Amino acid sequence: MASLAVPKPPARTRGRSTGGGVGPIGIGVASLWLSLIVLLPLAAVFAKSLEGGPGELWDAISAPSARYALLLTVAISALVALINVVTGTLIAWVLVRDDFRGKALVNAIIDLPFALPTIVASIVLLSLYGPRSPVGIHLYATKPAVILALAFVTLPFVVRSVQPVLMEVDREAEQAAASLGASGWTTFRRIILPALYPALLGGAGLAFARAVGEFGSVVLIGGGIPRDTEVASQYIAKQIETDRPASAAAVSVALLLISFAVLFALRFVTKRKDGR
Amino acid sequence: MSATLLATVAAGCGGASDEVGGGSDSDSAAANSGVSAVKLSLVAYAVPKVGFDLLIPAFNQTPEGEGVTFSQSYGASGDQSRKVESGLPTDIVNFSVEPDVTRLVKSGQVDEDWNQGEHKGIPFGSVVTIVTRKGNPKGIKTWDDLLKDGVEVVTPNPFSSGSAKWNLLAPYAEKSNGGQDPKAGLDYLSKLIGDHVKVQPKSGREATETFLQGTGDVLLSYENEALFAERNGEDVEHTNPPVTFKIENPVAVLNTSKNKEKAQAFVDFLYTKEGQTKWAEAGFRPVDEAVAQQFASDFPTPEKLWTIDDLGGWGKVNDELFEPETGSVAKIYDEATG
Repeated sequence: MASLAVPKPPARTRGRSTGGGVGPIGIGVASLWLSLIVLLPLAAVFAKSLEGGPGELWDAISAPSARYALLLTVAISALVALINVVTGTLIAWVLVRDDFRGKALVNAIIDLPFALPTIVASIVLLSLYGPRSPVGIHLYATKPAVILALAFVTLPFVVRSVQPVLMEVDREAEQAAASLGASGWTTFRRIILPALYPALLGGAGLAFARAVGEFGSVVLIGGGIPRDTEVASQYIAKQIETDRPASAAAVSVALLLISFAVLFALRFVTKRKDGR
Repeated sequence: MSATLLATVAAGCGGASDEVGGGSDSDSAAANSGVSAVKLSLVAYAVPKVGFDLLIPAFNQTPEGEGVTFSQSYGASGDQSRKVESGLPTDIVNFSVEPDVTRLVKSGQVDEDWNQGEHKGIPFGSVVTIVTRKGNPKGIKTWDDLLKDGVEVVTPNPFSSGSAKWNLLAPYAEKSNGGQDPKAGLDYLSKLIGDHVKVQPKSGREATETFLQGTGDVLLSYENEALFAERNGEDVEHTNPPVTFKIENPVAVLNTSKNKEKAQAFVDFLYTKEGQTKWAEAGFRPVDEAVAQQFASDFPTPEKLWTIDDLGGWGKVNDELFEPETGSVAKIYDEATG
């Protein structure tokens, strides 16, 4: 699961490299490492989930509270990705185009959710929005609490993928558009957005995949109420704790496939976009 | 706030902590006993930490316990038992329910005669109690009150938590008249679990934290856990229902222990007059008659106290009610929460 959360730079190198490769040993080490930390564990989970046959795998995934947890996870993650697209672009915009005191500090704070143990995020959110909230906002064990927690941990993805692209956007094209009478919004929509599009999609995809697998930040503030706020990762943990490892593996596989499908689809879409 | 939170986190992760007991430094201990300092690993269910916090320093004051240090791990009883089964290095286990020890007997890690002593391997216990918000605004005093409209009950998941099993057995024993009419008992549990239980914390301690965070109207718990919350100044109070259930929490020494003698010495200490007094002070009901008499006013005797033996013992109860997939309670849970 964790492998999906590793940020990958959306930028790709153009043109196949000719020469300068690492040779067979390099490729061997790389694939051995990948196998050890990603492929073999994934294969083990798949094998575990299929222990009782595909029928049992399907039963475990389609059990009412498992299905609810999976749907909730996908819906909330999509919503969080969408929120990130809007707020992330805005934050990146401010950081690139505006100058203000403390900009370097803000820039550094953006990465905090990457560095912070996610359980800390949960404690912070709980003390701020929990039952003893000093600001009088009580979100404990509600869906908004889960959304908030996930928005917190996925904050950097869109910002960090949009920011570098925004820096390189052709300002002259913008000025030309403006001189031809285009409004600010039209310029943004017709000139800037197309350039940002692949970065936005990539950032949103990573945020989504991260949110799908997130556990630590939701565990305290979310409450984990079955068929209400229990996300898939919490459901999996519960299955393990109640000695149902096969069911846990089955839902893990479902989660894995969802994340993989999204990442794969995004690669496909952005590639086509690039190739135009 | 943050203290209770951290407790949740620690309990939630089955966190282990190393605690050096009081007493002399390890050099003199080694000189006295002729062996190097002994460190015992204790794996226990979620709530007896308050008890062991008193028992361990007291044990260190005795000649037997001088210089012995402990590493302690607390978590959901079933969860902890499975961890020991799969190889967590352990000397002493303390679980909420007997089947969690039986699991280790089956795996060969605990001797079959572990419960042959005078007190059958049970150094302390408690009763199932009803915890409400301060002032008991919904007037909940009996098992029937839990089924009133709009009452939300917090009780942990019985497939990880021992506390949850006791909590469900208490009304089950009353409604089924000690297991004679299982259907009546199960009907009650269906209503309780289907209509009134929404959250499923994994351990008794996590259930307490969930309740203290503001979820639910009623918490079902150990009497000792209720006393602990009240002593911590939480805004809750507990009522022992007139008919309730006797909780018996077993302790056993693992035969795989490298320090079996010291481990056994510690377990023996739990049954001494001094050990029993410490348990009582921590809110647990002692098993020693004389000590129990002494603390009689702290632990009121309910009108009727059912025991696991009344229901036919843990072997029978676990098979019929709590066996995953086939047990009646497992089916009720599957139906209610899928």
